[in-house]
Amino acid sequence: MKNTSLTNGNRRQFMKAGMATSAALLSSSALAQETVLEPSRGPGRTVMEMGYYGERSEYVKDARLKGNRGTGLIGGSLTPLQHGHGIVTPSGLHFEVHHSGVPDIDPSEHKLLIHGMVDDAKIFTMEDLLRFPSVNRFHFLECAGNGMGEWMAPRGQTVQQTHGLTSCSQWTGVPLKIVLNELGVKTDAKWILAEGDDGARMTRSIPMWKAMDDAILAYAQNGEFLRPEQGFPLRLLLPGFEGNMNVKWLRRLEIGDKPWWTHHEDTEYADPRPNDKIRAFSFYMEGRSVITSPSAGMKLNGPGFYEISGLAWSGAGTVKKVDISTDSGKTWQQANLEAPVLPKSHTRFKMPWTWDGKETNIMSRSTDDTGYVQPTYEEMYKLQGPIGMMHNNAIQNWHIAQDGEITNVRL
Amino acid sequence: MYLHKFLIIAVLMGASLANAQQSRFGAPATQEDIDKSFWTVFPDGEFLPDGEGNVAAGRELFEYNCTLCHNMPGENDPVKDEIGKLFGVDDKRGRTNLQQTIGSYWPYPTTVFDYIRRAMPLIAPMSLTNSDYYSLTAYLLYENGVIGEDEIMNKDTLPKVQMPNRDGFINAYPEVPEKYKAKD
Repeated sequence: MKNTSLTNGNRRQFMKAGMATSAALLSSSALAQETVLEPSRGPGRTVMEMGYYGERSEYVKDARLKGNRGTGLIGGSLTPLQHGHGIVTPSGLHFEVHHSGVPDIDPSEHKLLIHGMVDDAKIFTMEDLLRFPSVNRFHFLECAGNGMGEWMAPRGQTVQQTHGLTSCSQWTGVPLKIVLNELGVKTDAKWILAEGDDGARMTRSIPMWKAMDDAILAYAQNGEFLRPEQGFPLRLLLPGFEGNMNVKWLRRLEIGDKPWWTHHEDTEYADPRPNDKIRAFSFYMEGRSVITSPSAGMKLNGPGFYEISGLAWSGAGTVKKVDISTDSGKTWQQANLEAPVLPKSHTRFKMPWTWDGKETNIMSRSTDDTGYVQPTYEEMYKLQGPIGMMHNNAIQNWHIAQDGEITNVRL
Repeated sequence: MYLHKFLIIAVLMGASLANAQQSRFGAPATQEDIDKSFWTVFPDGEFLPDGEGNVAAGRELFEYNCTLCHNMPGENDPVKDEIGKLFGVDDKRGRTNLQQTIGSYWPYPTTVFDYIRRAMPLIAPMSLTNSDYYSLTAYLLYENGVIGEDEIMNKDTLPKVQMPNRDGFINAYPEVPEKYKAKD
């Protein structure tokens, strides 16, 4: 195709031209050595054969990857961030973590009970909830344990393994405050318990201010109803808060005046801290970024131009800037943030880069609009010792060897 | 304080407005609906149900219902430990001196009862009686060195159990955003 760089104007002329003329034009191209046109494919599959829910091409193989830990009933799978484009994660590739598998729920039978410190306890069907005014919001969801295995030493062989417990969707649902205002919440109510309808009846305590701020009772994701593994038919969405609190298969909200200290908030999702202290209720997923391409497991095909591309996000607000270093952290350059740049959403950053073919390290560092700067591992260790489990948001380094091989190496 | 009063009045007005428009969505929940969905237990014991249990009954229930996934005390099947290590407060993972076991980590005894009642046994959660769950709670607390072998667990005794790590928690919750903080 080298010599057939037709401009739009040329293309139009080309279309107008008769068969003989176009054949002559093509004969000058590298592809068409003969004056015979390559025959078209002929008819493809019919609409009926394609089916009425579109499938991706059989040549596209991106898939989630089962996490190292867990039985599959308790545990999850990770998003292939290395092959993602833009900011939206396809619903079928959204990471998942479960505490007793994925329940099968008939939406016509599903009900949400809201009770406790309210004037009127109520039961809502899905039909009821769909009648409320709705909102659409782009938000990331990140498991508090995203990068858990990386605390002590780099272990993941791809960005899917190191960072694959974050995904981003457009969520649709009812603002929780609209529903709560219907019921008349008592003035001294401070907390809400959210309970899922899975086998574990997963529960978490949520501060009332979050419920009255931007919490959503979500029933749709990326333009269609939730996937079963994302909580069909109803999930809680707490933008910017750790994934586990965004309770799936939501069946009950209990209004109270103090936290319940449920199993998941006082053990699994509580953070060990120095001196045998444990931090509970660390809700926010703090500012973080990672270069998704090029990233570990890939290989650069010789020196030359590469587009560095990655994701940044912050549970506290909006990504303000992302700096990239291509010389092992010695110098930093500001990457371009690609619109839309939305609060508590994945944000795509890009930077053109010419690799000189020498061994180096590349990394990204995000800053959000609260001024929070993504820490290095060294800074995190100083703050809390190398004992963390949850809430690892340290800067990720990718090592590029002279042969172009990229690996997960800590500097 | 003045603003606080004003807010209460505003909320009351909103509530009466809501009552005036009874054509709102959703059906009133009866006490029976609420009872069926059982109340979650608070650390102070609020909403703990009737019934009681003991260590011996708990041991029997544990052996029968729980050992498919969990080690008995003294057993060391690594797969079962990965699923959920329940005993052995002296073990160390290197990362911290604390195991996430009940005896070394959990701050409130009520959470043990609440969690196993709602989620266990894994294949048939909530299939046991409240007294069975009290017995299992008693057994787990005993084997974690928290209570004596003869102690009976019920809604009065359980909340009084002092967990070894009760004071080990830093509560990050006070970091409420400025705009949500109560103002005088």
